[in-house]
Amino acid sequence: MAQLPSQSIPTLTPESPPRLEVRSVSKRFGGLQALKDVNIIHERGILGLIGPNGAGKTTLFNIISGFLKPTEGQVIFNGQAIHTRRPHQIVEMGIARTFQIVKPFADMTVRENVISGLGMPIYPRWLALVQRYRTPATLQASEAILRLTDLTVWAEARAESLPIGLQRRLEIARALATGPRLLLLDEPAAGLTAAEAEDLAQLIRTLNAQGISIIVIEHNMTFAMGLCHRIVVLAQGEIIAQGPPEQVRHDERVINAYLGQEDDNA
Amino acid sequence: MSDYVLSVAVFVGIWVTLALSLNILTGFAGQVSLGHAAFFGIGAYTSAILTANYGQSFWTGFALAILITGMTGAVLGLPSLRVRHDFLVLVTMGVNFVVVALFKYVDFFGGAMGIVNIPAPSLFGHTFRGGAPYLILVWVYALATLGVSWYLSKTWTGMAFNTVRLDEDAAAAVGVSVPRFKIYAFAISAALAGGAGSLYAHFIGSVFPDTFVFLESIAILSMVIFGGVGTLRGPIVGAIILKAAPEMLRFVQDYRFTLYGALLVLMMLFQPMGLLGDDSWLWTKLQRLFRKGS
Repeated sequence: MAQLPSQSIPTLTPESPPRLEVRSVSKRFGGLQALKDVNIIHERGILGLIGPNGAGKTTLFNIISGFLKPTEGQVIFNGQAIHTRRPHQIVEMGIARTFQIVKPFADMTVRENVISGLGMPIYPRWLALVQRYRTPATLQASEAILRLTDLTVWAEARAESLPIGLQRRLEIARALATGPRLLLLDEPAAGLTAAEAEDLAQLIRTLNAQGISIIVIEHNMTFAMGLCHRIVVLAQGEIIAQGPPEQVRHDERVINAYLGQEDDNA
Repeated sequence: MSDYVLSVAVFVGIWVTLALSLNILTGFAGQVSLGHAAFFGIGAYTSAILTANYGQSFWTGFALAILITGMTGAVLGLPSLRVRHDFLVLVTMGVNFVVVALFKYVDFFGGAMGIVNIPAPSLFGHTFRGGAPYLILVWVYALATLGVSWYLSKTWTGMAFNTVRLDEDAAAAVGVSVPRFKIYAFAISAALAGGAGSLYAHFIGSVFPDTFVFLESIAILSMVIFGGVGTLRGPIVGAIILKAAPEMLRFVQDYRFTLYGALLVLMMLFQPMGLLGDDSWLWTKLQRLFRKGS
């Protein structure tokens, strides 16, 4: 499979993995306690975040990526507090995300969607006012990302014309274009066939092998258990279990709160 | 060309510039504004005060009108950061009312009597109020605005505007500072409208608050929407048709805003992308025709 382009910034350094620390994070929306004293440390590898609907998984993603501020607690990335920063600043620090409800730039082409992410290092600079975005370097970099994510044949199609599975893939491609050290994927396999999900899992493994740490929210238990090195289970805003998939699968609290039965295909 | 036709051509050039400048804010960055006439007015008053009251040359007035209106646009864009969609429209409308009220009730701006005796521009010792030289000046500026719009659409800023227009959350997720680029859009759009204001003030020779009221903002927005918001051809064609028609056809002049209103309703119902917008009926036909011809 293709390698990430060198133009994809910042340069990936697998030898120094990113470190995300979620420290005692709580989030309240009025009277609703969405998250309660959540603690997670993630470095290299693929971390799965599972839990029933309303468990607080997407709220946690929104807090890590700066779209929500925690009511209490801190989020530290590579030693720096990020919970007070704005979403675009968090992207600049190397955390990219996808959305549960896909948000491709609908009337841009697939390639332009990818190029939009390549501008991440330039957007904060005055240079953005005069520098053109369609250059041989950006075209080459976008080509490499499109190849990696298997979207090359769709490059000139409008993003809105793609089926949902490909739109999810496009969101991953766009996120990759920002050169992330940590990638947050919110239900990337939703709506995919088994074969498509397996292709996606392979892509995620490849990205991880290239030095990108990954946290993935997933409802498809077979997908999550087969993909992730470690699983964190949330229920009603609290972590009820965490550990390797095999351990989590047999955890009684998880079975009671989420799986309902010891069948891995909930 | 008669003086009358020249005057109409000058007005059309100024309004083409206004439509193109609003298109940067509304078409590129997706920030619908019903207050663009305020920036037109700020440019006109800046240039008028500097030249008529402080003896500066037209060129100084023109340059500072662009600069000061751009800076004012950035400041007046700040409230827009807290609101989206319908609320933004209301905020920009409010800004227009406030600016016109300041023109009307603050002595420095001449009150309801406005500012008169605004000098004509001069170049190499030759003064020109109207006529062909002024027409050329106005259309050179309109072309410059078109050039800025075109170039901007090719830059990372143009890309960022697009992302903000299409989805603010997704824009932030690719590293775009949504507030920063909204302010850029307000500033650039306002600056270009400020230049148009200066050209208007020195053409007419006087400025009055009532020229820059909310209804004029609706007229400018109508031109952009009628022609095809977000494209470069749309605002130009929209401004030419909607500005020239009432000037040339006197009976239309009396019903100008009725025409704008009716067109807005019809366009929204049948061609929301505008007369020449991408995927519009006419533009699709024209493209087919060009393809056949080539």
